[in-house]
Amino acid sequence: MSAGVLVLAEARRGELREVSLELVSSAREVPEGAGGRVVVAVIDRDPQRFTKDVAADGVDEVLTVAAPTEHFEPHVWQRGLEALIETESPTIVLAGHTIDSLGFVPAVAARMGLGFASDVTEVSWADGPRARRGAYGDKLHAELEFPGKDCTLMTVRPGIFEPAAAGSGEVSARAVEVDLAGAARSEHVSFREVAVGDVDITKAEFLLSIGRGIEDKDNIPRFERLADRLGATLSVSRPIVDAGWMSNARQVGQSGKTVKPRVYLALGISGAVQHLAGMRTADTIIAVNTDPEAPIFGVAHYGAVADLFDVADELERALN
Amino acid sequence: MKIVVCVKQVASLDEEFELLEGDRGVDPDFIEWDLNEWDTFSLEAALQLHEGDGAGGGEVVAVTVGDEEAEEGLLACLARGADRAVRVWDEALEGADVLAVARVLAAAVERESPDLVLCGVQSSDAVTGSTGTALAGYLDLAHVAVVTELSYDAAGSTLTVDRELEGGLVEVVRIGLPALLTIQTGINEPRYATLRAIKQARDRPLATYGLQDLGLDASGLAAVAGARVVGLQTPERGAGAQLLEGSTSEMADRIVEIVQERMSG
Ligand SMILES: Cc1cc2nc3c(=O)[nH]c(=O)nc-3n(C[C@H](O)[C@H](O)[C@H](O)COP(=O)(O)OP(=O)(O)OC[C@H]3O[C@@H](n4cnc5c(N)ncnc54)[C@H](O)[C@@H]3O)c2cc1C
Ligand SMILES: Nc1ncnc2c1ncn2[C@@H]1O[C@H](COP(=O)(O)O)[C@@H](O)[C@H]1O
Repeated sequence: MSAGVLVLAEARRGELREVSLELVSSAREVPEGAGGRVVVAVIDRDPQRFTKDVAADGVDEVLTVAAPTEHFEPHVWQRGLEALIETESPTIVLAGHTIDSLGFVPAVAARMGLGFASDVTEVSWADGPRARRGAYGDKLHAELEFPGKDCTLMTVRPGIFEPAAAGSGEVSARAVEVDLAGAARSEHVSFREVAVGDVDITKAEFLLSIGRGIEDKDNIPRFERLADRLGATLSVSRPIVDAGWMSNARQVGQSGKTVKPRVYLALGISGAVQHLAGMRTADTIIAVNTDPEAPIFGVAHYGAVADLFDVADELERALN
Repeated sequence: MKIVVCVKQVASLDEEFELLEGDRGVDPDFIEWDLNEWDTFSLEAALQLHEGDGAGGGEVVAVTVGDEEAEEGLLACLARGADRAVRVWDEALEGADVLAVARVLAAAVERESPDLVLCGVQSSDAVTGSTGTALAGYLDLAHVAVVTELSYDAAGSTLTVDRELEGGLVEVVRIGLPALLTIQTGINEPRYATLRAIKQARDRPLATYGLQDLGLDASGLAAVAGARVVGLQTPERGAGAQLLEGSTSEMADRIVEIVQERMSG
């Protein structure tokens, strides 16, 4: 079959995840160089249910692979993707940089000897695929090339590309037969919600959010009082939850809550990609950080390069 | 149970830093080194499994691919209770990509034939989040990524683990040994080493291997590499933050003003 870009869609518990259509948009940046076609593949217990949804604008064909497990299983998906690459010979394969992908995509790259880059923020073509990704926790960008590789597999950061619009015409769907019986090596037991608690930070209009910069558990009450005085709800970055200082329910980010308050005031938060995933669309972001290079300043509307404890002192004064 | 923990000494940049000639890397004078945060959690998980293992006879081995700088990280693992450490290095590994590193780790882990391999979910400098799963691919080991809880059933030789998903959702999964897990922060409370243990760490076995010792060579690894860095750039912060000027007290006044303005609109 012809080369081109193969996009691997992602679904969870019967719902297509938004990153799937973002991948279609990122795929459209390269098809000429890569051989012209954009093909979307779905691996699922019942993949046909998604063929219409993934046939977005710019998609030439939809491929389906039937999985024997009800939920995502890394070894089944690994074998499924390997089979798709073997039969379709794409030049570029794009998957989301998501938790499911972390569980099998790098294994495919390793086993098949592919070009590989993860958490890619830009896909392009210059005599071959090019990718851009963060380095040193997004303080720098690295530009990558993949010399000597016929196929390059990339995981693309969610939330960077606009999801592709729904397609207008008919897109043909084709089932790719892969024997996946017996491929599973882990067993699903159950799903569980962990971020439940007394507050719903997703409803708050004003969040005062604290990160590792607050240094010590003993400082928490102070910021609780400050939040009260400001009329804000207190939220946190992950290290505060990991340390057991605050409950999961207050965590903002990829593995916590996605929030969109009118004001997000971040004290001592560096702005790791997984944190930004949960707050970058807030109306107004104000960041206080001693490090002028902290990535949070890249998404903030207002920034104060200052010590958060000094700023807290002065906020308390200003409110008196 | 024999457990191999893959640990990495990670770089963090000083607030001011410079790139090397050709922009392929950062000048080492502006880098500080530390044991990867995620790896402190996976080491702790390994130590707890080992201590709770009634069968006895197992061990915890810390493995790293890195230059002499990485020895500090291994010593930190030995001080916390790892039984042995292995460091693999060759000049050819300078700037190696995730697949090349995973391939070297695979050769090192294979020599150990462990029941369980633990990696961190990601390293704070490379942030590929991919080394563990790539390693499982090379070793053809069963694997689960992003684990936030684990319990071991010795009778069935199975692990029951929580796999952390997006948005506060967790999937409970069962998997048999041998296996590889990538461990997420918060899974436990990593212990500190006592001063005494830090002194004694130097007496614990720390082996150093080159590529040949593992049956690998530089050209083979170059072929395995998944990507090549063309160059590094400082991201343009174009539409970035408007910086508040003046004294801290003026900044605070301005913050209060902005908040009032936005909240009343
Ligand atoms: C799969 C996965 C999911 C994740 N999910 C999430 C998530 O949902 N939410 C989340 O937050 N993280 C998440 N993380 C973790 C994320 O990668 C970062 O480790 C985390 O966000 C860092 O939190 P932080 O900014 O508080 O700490 P750090 O990165 O340590 O930053 C602390 C900041 O405080 C600044 N600072 C220190 N002292 C002061 C001071 N006195 N005054 C002012 N500033 C100061 C420092 O300059 C630094 O920028 C996830 C990671 C993975 C791998
Ligand atoms: N050079 C290395 N030596 C040993 N382990 C490593 C190395 N690089 C990455 N790892 C392991 O892979 C995990 C994820 O790192 P990364 O894929 O770089 O984000 C780390 O937490 C380590 O467990």
